[in-house]
Order: sequence, then C-alpha cells, then structure tokens
Amino acid sequence: MTTIDLTDTSASAVSSALINARRAAGNQAVGMVLTFVVVVDEATHYDAMRSALDAGREHPSRVLVVITRPGRGPARLDAEIRVADSRPGDTIVLRLFGELAKHADSVVLPLLLPDTPVAVWWPSKAPPVPGEDPLGVLAQRRITDSAASSQPIRALHQRAVSYQPGDTDLAWTRLTPWRALLAAALDQMPGATVTAATVEAERSNPSAEILGSWLGGRLGVEVTRRASSGPGITLVQMTTSGGPNIAPGDVVLSRPDGILAQLDLPGGPIRPVALRRRETAELLAEELRRLDPDDVYATVIKGCAPTERSA
Amino acid sequence: MRRDSEEPSGNPLRDPQDRRLPRIAGPCGLVIFGVTGDLSRKKLMPAVYDLANRGLLPPGFALVGFARRDWADQDFAQVVHESVKEHARTPFREETWKQLAEGFRFVQGDFDDDVAFDTLRKTIAELDVARGTSGNHAFYLSVPPKFFPNVVQQLKEHGLADSQGGAWRRVVIEKPFGHDLASAQELNRIVDEVFPTGSVFRIDHYLGKETVQNILALRFANQLFEPIWNANYVDHVQITMAEDVGIGGRAGYYDGIGAARDVIQNHLLQLLALTAMEEPVSFEAHALRTEKQKILSAVTLPDDLDLHSARGRYGAGWQGGIHVPGYLQEEGITRTSTTETFAALRVDVETRRWAGVPFYLRTGKRLGRRVTEIAVMFKRAPHLPFTSTATEELGANALVVRVQPDEGVTVRFGSKVPGTAMEVRDVTMDFAYGESFTESSPEAYERLILDVLLGDPPLFPRHEEVELSWQILDPVIEHWETLGAPETYAAGTWGPPSADEMLARDGRTWRRP
Repeated sequence: MTTIDLTDTSASAVSSALINARRAAGNQAVGMVLTFVVVVDEATHYDAMRSALDAGREHPSRVLVVITRPGRGPARLDAEIRVADSRPGDTIVLRLFGELAKHADSVVLPLLLPDTPVAVWWPSKAPPVPGEDPLGVLAQRRITDSAASSQPIRALHQRAVSYQPGDTDLAWTRLTPWRALLAAALDQMPGATVTAATVEAERSNPSAEILGSWLGGRLGVEVTRRASSGPGITLVQMTTSGGPNIAPGDVVLSRPDGILAQLDLPGGPIRPVALRRRETAELLAEELRRLDPDDVYATVIKGCAPTERSA
Repeated sequence: MRRDSEEPSGNPLRDPQDRRLPRIAGPCGLVIFGVTGDLSRKKLMPAVYDLANRGLLPPGFALVGFARRDWADQDFAQVVHESVKEHARTPFREETWKQLAEGFRFVQGDFDDDVAFDTLRKTIAELDVARGTSGNHAFYLSVPPKFFPNVVQQLKEHGLADSQGGAWRRVVIEKPFGHDLASAQELNRIVDEVFPTGSVFRIDHYLGKETVQNILALRFANQLFEPIWNANYVDHVQITMAEDVGIGGRAGYYDGIGAARDVIQNHLLQLLALTAMEEPVSFEAHALRTEKQKILSAVTLPDDLDLHSARGRYGAGWQGGIHVPGYLQEEGITRTSTTETFAALRVDVETRRWAGVPFYLRTGKRLGRRVTEIAVMFKRAPHLPFTSTATEELGANALVVRVQPDEGVTVRFGSKVPGTAMEVRDVTMDFAYGESFTESSPEAYERLILDVLLGDPPLFPRHEEVELSWQILDPVIEHWETLGAPETYAAGTWGPPSADEMLARDGRTWRRP
C-alpha cells in the first residue's frame, strides 16, 4: 500500500502523482471497470470508503472520495492517493475547502477513467435532484440512500419527484432478496390470482414503501401497510384466490429477527429461508452490476410520490 | 400497469425488464450417490451451500446422501458441515445453514440393495411432505462409471425415475461417458431407457467455467476478433490442458484409460468445438449444440497417425524441487502397463473457415505446470517493411484464452523497443478475470448444479456430441494400442521428444504455456 499526501494541490498534480505511484508499485491501471465517486462528509467518510472498497473487489474501480468542507477559508484542494498492492484499482480522497466545495466537478472530471462508466454515491445526505447535481451529471448511475436520511420517508418522496433515468436508491436494492422469494413463491402457483397484499415493517422504513408500490403495481391490488417494531421489513402476506389445481390461501414470508425468515405457502410446510439484512458493500456491488437505467425502479419509485394521505 | 397477461409465466411479479431478480430453482431436492467421495465433499456439497448462500436455492431444498456408510441423518449433516466449512467459497452463515440443515437425509445401502432403494423412495416421499419438494428430484451419480447401469436400473425398478403430474426427475452423470464409441452408446442406451433425453445431464465441469463461457462472449459479442478468426489469418491453434500432478491414488481409474480418453475426448474436443464453431443463431441449448455438432462432425484425423500424434508416460524426475516417482512406480500400476499419461494429436477441421489450419491438442500429467489454454496463433505479417535484424525477435501474433489458472485473455503483438534503433519485439496485452470482475467467480459446479435444478441444458453435452467425440478418438486409440509402451518423458518437462518432432514436421513449435 502506497499512500501519498498532497496538500494545496490541483487535479493535474494528483493525476501525475497517481501515475508515478502506480509505476512505483509496479501495477498498472489495467482492468478497472468504472470510476466510483463517493460524496461524503468528514464524519462518515471512513465507513463509506470501506464499503466502496469492498464493493470494488467485485468491480475494480477508481474510487474518488469527495469530502466537501465549505467555509470562509481560502479555496484549497488536499488529496490523499492510495494505491494498494492487494486490491485492484486505486483510491483518491479529495478534500475540498472553501469556495472549491461548490465546484467539486472541476476536480473530479479530470480524474475520471477514460471511456468507462461513472457511478456516484451519496451515502447519507443526497442533493435534492441528483440528476442535476454537478457531480450527478457526470455519472451514468446515481445512488442515494433514503434510509440513511434523518427523515427517510420525506427523502423517499423527494426521490420520487426528482427521478431521472440512472437514479437508484439503496432502499430499493435492499428489497431484491425479498422480491426474489416472493416472485419464486408465485412461480409455484401458476394461475393463482393475488387478491390482497400486506407489508409489515418498522415505521418510517422507505423499503417497505417501495415494496408496497412494487406489489401494488405488479399485482393490481391495494397493499395494506402495518407497523411493527422491526428490524426493517418483518412480514409480507399475499392472499391468493387459488386457481386450477391450487388451493386458495395466503403466501406469508415473515422475518422477525432480520436474519432468518419463514416461508409459508398454501398446502405446503413452513420452510426456513436465510434472509439476512445485507451489508452496504453487497448492496453497492449489486448496484454496480448494471449501469443502465433501472426501468423497474423508475415505475416503482414514481408510485411512491407523496399523496395527501401520506404527506 | 398490470402486465401479467404479456408474460409467458403468468406470474405478475416477473417482468423481463426486472434483471435484478435472480432465477431461483423451484422446490426440489438433490440426491447424491457416492456422497462420501472426494468430488462430493470438495465440490458438490460446498456448491450446494454456496448456491443457498447466494439465495438461489428454493426454501425447503432437500439434500439426500446415498452411500454404504452406516450414518444417521445427523452424522451426514456433520459431514456436510465440515465439507462446507472447509471448501465453500462464500463465508459460513448460520441462517443459511439453518435453511439447508432441515433438508438433509441419509440413506445407507449398496447399489444393488433393493431395501435401500425402497428406503430412498420413502425418504423422497417424506421430503415432498415435510419440505414441500413437490416430487422434483435430481439424482447425481457421483460414482465410478461401472455402477451407472446398476444405479439407473434401480432407480427405474423402484419407480424413482417416474415423474408424476408437473414434477420432474433428472439424472446427472459425470465423465467419462464410456471408454469408446461402443461403450458410450451402450451407456446412452441404458440411461435413455430410463430417463427421457431432456432429463439427462452430462456434466463436463469445464463447460461450467466462466472462461469457457467467455469464449462465446469474446468471439460473438465483439467486432474485433471474428473477422480474423479464420484460415486467412490464423496459422494454427494449440489447445493445451496440462497438469503438474501425477495420477496420485487414482491408479484403478486411470490405468487402461489414459490421457486421451480422460481429457481429449471430452474437455479438449469441447474446447475445440467452442473455438472453431460458427456463430449459433441463438444461445439456446439446441442452437449451440447444432453448431458444436457440425464442427465435431467436420473434424478429421491425419492419414498417418505416427507422424501427427504423440504419446508419452512420465518417468521419475524432479518437479518443482520435489523428486516424484514415474508412472510405473505409482502404487497399483503394473510394470506391463501401456497406458499413456501424455497425448498430443493433430486434427483438421474440414470447413471453409478452417481449411488448412491444424488444431493441435495436447494433454498430460506431470508436465511443467498446471495450465489450460487455447492459443490461436496467427500468421506472420505478409510483408515486413523493416530490416530483417529489426524483426529478429518478433514472433507471430497470438491470442490466448487462459482457461485456468489465472483466467483471462492475452494478446501478443510486436512493439518497438525504446531506443534509437528500430527493433521490434513481442509484448503482451493482458486481461485477467481477477482484475476486472469479482475476486471469486462462481465455481463451475455451482453453475452446473443450478442449471440442472432449473432444467437449463446449454452447458451440458448431449449424447450425440459424446458419440461424435468418440468417433474422432477411437481410431487414434486403436492405433496406439498396436504400438506397445509409450515413450517416457521426465516428470516436470513438457512431454516426450516425439511431441516436439510432431510439430517440427509441420514447421511449428509448441508454445510454452
């Protein structure tokens, strides 16, 4: 691991220092598949960077950690370059002081890898319209996390009204295993019609809202919401009318402890199924697998737009 | 908003656009015969666990072990636990284990034991109720081929092969698929009698490897390579599968089989088919198979096998700093054995694309290092506007698909050496899987087991391909059998001198992989 600190520097100086560091370490910038921009504040940057680096094991990338420190001091860029021997890709922590904090794109743009996609992630606070943010504009994929906001449901509403192709939210990513199990459950009941659905979750859980929107949209039923003490989503129930050779009954997927769930299908035994809440790095790795707009998310998030009832 | 009427599955939660949703196998169980064997402990059980850990196995999945040991279900679970802890690729998680553990069953018995197969039938019926496996079961025959007929017959007699309603029964067999054309046909007859063709999965684990599947992506997803992928630009192709180990404790299996039957018949001819075939009209199983069969049926052997084939047997020697015994000194090998541990063969592919381009196949044990690769060697540039001294060090361009280890692709081409003089030397451009993709890509067995459970056959050779491969190889083996003992090569080298002579006759040399 080579670390180089540069204070009061510029993007071009960072760029040439990076090339020198890599040459010294003997590994070249081969195999990197994307640039991953992480926009954080000083307090949370360590955890976010760890997650980004872990995700980078699956998607070797150049990680640019952008820490803005606006204030009255002079505009200044400090950079910390890390080239690891044990991991593909490289990491640059950029600290933007004073006036420069408003012009992060001017620092990031020259450091993007040529001809490869760019993803940007706001681990906590996201801009109101990610697609119009100066850094967001540079990216094919803009990842927010409404659950990390201090007001998750309000953040989710904001995501819904500000959606642009390429946006995605980790509250949606967290649902993939749930959705996979629910879809697989209905695979086993061909012809059965779902007449009602319920989602039970902790209060202010944006994933539950999104799951409700997805189920409601796909199944064409009203989805009942129930509050529980969590963690996260604790139960999904789909009432089916039965079909040819299928008895009517409820599909119930419940997970009281956030780790091990139970699946109950009409006419079948109750079966345990692993449904652990995933680490942020795993969520990011899933996000980075596809960098084209997620059309399913687009439909679902629009269904989460604020209404009079929820506002 | 509702689009269920458009979907073939009729499942409103499925949407072709929703590419995040993985395909989870439907409710089902896997029965492993020979569950105490090495393959089962090191590959199959860990692969089952890894699949569960990735959320790809259905809740209620059942794993039934069948072997001679006197075990209870708990003992079996303990063995699986140990094998998973030791060999699984993904981290051990208690909740994944809980999901699986309730579905473990063990049935004790021999392959000719009617009572045991009756117990197996009852066990499966019980699982259908207790775990909701709905009558869907795959039988994995991880046993020596001589037991195949026995087990398959038993499955038939005890009604285990019959599927009822919408349920399925599938059978998985491992190579070798016979030891010549006649025995392969006999095996196919036995299996086909009991299971319909679509329910027989022949596992060649090489075809489950990411790099092998990447041959298709490399060739057919890119504009760059296909235009030069023919006799106009390609001089010849070398396909190598080298092992650094000897036969170890597998004398009983290996002696009398030899390198050609063990490796060329399946792995190398499959790699040849993927390298040489025309573009399939789709990546559906039947389309891929059609193209592979076309190529295999166009493969011809040289007229004089003595000049264009080589075989060898490793002698004692130093390999990587360790003194290793020769083949004849291995435990369980008789002094009169004529089995080859190295085989090299030239074949030609009689199509317009490959006319005049020889494919050299070689495989062996106790070679320089463990490596599998496909090297497409290009012709030299027709004219070099340099002085001959400038290009003295320049070889031919090459594109190498590294199948294992260090999976990736290498391109070799000439580049100017820095300095005032004009001098051109070979350099390589490398793509390594480990760099651009996940540090641990799924094991071949994970992919293959999941495909069996999903009923997805593209990666499994059909019996037609197996029989075509034997048709290619049978004359070679028959010829070799008339020749007596193979030539000895020192362990740790790249095979016998006759292999080098065989290429020298064509004015070529083997790549050192």
